[in-house]
Amino acid sequence: MSIIYLLLGCSLLMALVFLGAFIWSVRSGQLDDDYTPSVRILFDDIKKKDESSNEKVKNEKTD
Amino acid sequence: MGEITQRKKTACYHCGDLCEGPSIVSDGHDFCCAGCKNVYHILSENNLCDYYNLESAPGIALKNPISKTKFNYLDDENVQKKLIDYADTKIRKTTLFVPVMHCSSCIWLLENLYKLEKGVTHSRVNFLKKTVSITFRTEETSLRKIVELLSALGYEPAINLNDIESQVKKSVNRKLSYQIGVAGFCFGNIMLLSFPEYFGLDQFTKNNFSLLFGYLNMVLALPVFFFSSQDYFKNAIKGLRKNHIGIDVPLALGILVLFLRSSYEVISHSGLGYFDTLAGLIFFLLTGKWFQQKTFDTLSFERDYKSYFPVAVSVLIDGKETTVPVTNLKIGDRIIIRNNELIPADSILMNGEGNVDFSFVTGESAPVTKVSGEIIYAGGRQIGKTIELEICKKVSQSYLTQLWNSEHFAKPSESRITTFQQIVSRYFTFALLFIAIGSAGWWLIFNPVLSLNAFTSVLIIACPCALALSSPFALGTAMRILGRNKFYIKSPEVVEQIAKTNTIVFDKTGTITQPTESSIAFIGDELSNDNKSYIASLTVHSVHPLSKKIYSLLSESNTFDVLNFNEETGKGLEGIVNGTAVKIGSYKYVNENSPQDENNTATKVYVKINADVIGYFIFEHAYRNGLKKLIHELKSTFNLFLLSGDNDKERASMEELFGKNTNLLFNQSPMEKLVFIEQLQKNNKKVMMIGDGLNDAGALRASDLGISVSENTAHFSPASDVIMDASVFEKTNQFINFSVDTTKVIRMSFVISLIYNIIGLSYAVQGNLSPIIAAILMPLSSVSVILFTTVTTMLYAKKNKLK
Repeated sequence: MSIIYLLLGCSLLMALVFLGAFIWSVRSGQLDDDYTPSVRILFDDIKKKDESSNEKVKNEKTD
Repeated sequence: MGEITQRKKTACYHCGDLCEGPSIVSDGHDFCCAGCKNVYHILSENNLCDYYNLESAPGIALKNPISKTKFNYLDDENVQKKLIDYADTKIRKTTLFVPVMHCSSCIWLLENLYKLEKGVTHSRVNFLKKTVSITFRTEETSLRKIVELLSALGYEPAINLNDIESQVKKSVNRKLSYQIGVAGFCFGNIMLLSFPEYFGLDQFTKNNFSLLFGYLNMVLALPVFFFSSQDYFKNAIKGLRKNHIGIDVPLALGILVLFLRSSYEVISHSGLGYFDTLAGLIFFLLTGKWFQQKTFDTLSFERDYKSYFPVAVSVLIDGKETTVPVTNLKIGDRIIIRNNELIPADSILMNGEGNVDFSFVTGESAPVTKVSGEIIYAGGRQIGKTIELEICKKVSQSYLTQLWNSEHFAKPSESRITTFQQIVSRYFTFALLFIAIGSAGWWLIFNPVLSLNAFTSVLIIACPCALALSSPFALGTAMRILGRNKFYIKSPEVVEQIAKTNTIVFDKTGTITQPTESSIAFIGDELSNDNKSYIASLTVHSVHPLSKKIYSLLSESNTFDVLNFNEETGKGLEGIVNGTAVKIGSYKYVNENSPQDENNTATKVYVKINADVIGYFIFEHAYRNGLKKLIHELKSTFNLFLLSGDNDKERASMEELFGKNTNLLFNQSPMEKLVFIEQLQKNNKKVMMIGDGLNDAGALRASDLGISVSENTAHFSPASDVIMDASVFEKTNQFINFSVDTTKVIRMSFVISLIYNIIGLSYAVQGNLSPIIAAILMPLSSVSVILFTTVTTMLYAKKNKLK
């Protein structure tokens, strides 16, 4: 049954990693604003499309 | 880009407003005004037209151009210091409040600010707080330039006296999040390590794991006890020092005893202790606290006049215009007030035509005309041409602002609320100590070994966890439901305060009447179609609110070109339409040589066609929708009063509405309103004040519960406990009934948690509380109380027809 000591250590370590991740997320302000990121994530698509279409225009010009 | 004018009602491509009169066409889009068109061009030149693709017509109308010198005060180092969060030699960071932000296009544009202003390195929006944090390089740009750019785009940041004067910078409090995280982590692991004991692990294995698990539990409980639960101890000690026993005292006692007894059991190898109960208890309690703490970030409930007053004004010194901070204004200073600027102190009009909108103060939106030599009270907004004034009172000593010097504004507003929980916990604590000491004494006589055991067991099991959770969850749920219905309360405790109300005091203008809408009627012979067209042709060219209202009434009529158009601010309009001389305006303006109108209480606009005055338009306040029904409902249960700052010309219609027996008081000054509320309170009345302007601020503060009615919750409301959106005014009675029901839920859940306590106590007094019973009873009581309160509160919301 000594394997339990190892498992115990592993499980606690895992849990501590998650706790650390949580503390990091709070510290970096991720819990301060829970609305804007949900809108912001949709912008990137438009921006990228824009850039790629700009690039296309550039490419066409260079061609 | 050819620009032609069109004669058709179209929606503006930028702001979506219907274009009044001809629209400006540019780039194939319609614009209502030059301001909107300019913003479109700035954006299109910088490839930012995605702004219009994210949402249709997302812009903010820019009908009133902002004066160039308006933000000069931002170059002042002292002002900057207050607005800048971080500064080094190269970069600066600032957070600006932009109340007009309203959609995803706004977020997108504000976060792409770097494309418009090179010095900006980074900008980030917090939509819920309506703030934008901007980082910029000091070499390339300045705070003033950024603010000017934002204003040019329509996103004028609200920078007011409060930002400059307040000493404390708001810091984000994240401690509770950490505490919940730590408690949750420890709770989960302790549970995991406690299960083997409950299932009798040691019977199957020869190793003595339970000893190891016990010590591990103790180590895991340390951060819970010393970090997560520290606020309960602090509050309990703080309360005891003030001779005040709140719910924190029995909670802290329970937590302390849980920890000490469990540690003793583990160290003395006599058992596994109750660490799982301890960690679970604190985790649930903190979750309740978090649930209750979540409030409406965007709304500010503590606004005083400083939140509306400008930071600086233009002062004439030796004939030159200089920007001076409002706080430095002295009696005798000559100030310049431009269109749409606020008058910061009581002053005498020296030059120009005053046309002052006092809607911030009184709720009345029709501007008041002032002539040279007249005193203009602080808080008014000049509409029209630039005026010159001489200060006759300091900013803080003005007719309006001196209200804030009264004692009511010195003490914190929270202290006046006593909640049901506070009352109950006092008795609860005494009863608890009585039972604990009683059972300890009983066992001391019959079986001294069990004495300490019974004493600690009582304190552990009776730890009022479920009781402490019932209020936060019932009130928190109620607050969310009310918020969904546009009735925003400052803190959850306010719900209980609403339920206690027995007297309601209304303000008149802007509260029970609609400031933006008034009913218009034409008195005189019926208007012929020709005359209608003449009036419409003239009023379409004016931006005066009354002209706009008249035009909207006649907008069906054809319009003609106008010759010799002339508008005299605050007086009226004239011009020649289709060969006919038309004159519209005040009595004096239209009847040049006649004596004064004998009855000038109502707002009237006279019409003169050629040489004849054919009649007048009369503007009367429109009452809010459903007002009659609401007053009728409230009359049966509450004492109703009406406090108005206006004269009593509407007394008759008010009596019809409120009934003859109601107290209707007119011509009340802001201070008199406050004193009246105090008088009612002295007669043991629980007063709810419903008002809207800054002149109600004193009454709202003095009352047991202040509700401010606001047309636009993001823009304006005086300090109060509740901010109610004007559109839900007719539901006031439903909100009150719902609050009463919510307090019923708290009482019911209190009974439930008491039953749990009695069950637990019956084990505890016998001195045989096993860890497993504690471990089952604590989460069971907490979870069932949480479920019961949330579900019942939601059912009551449905009963009161709330969303």
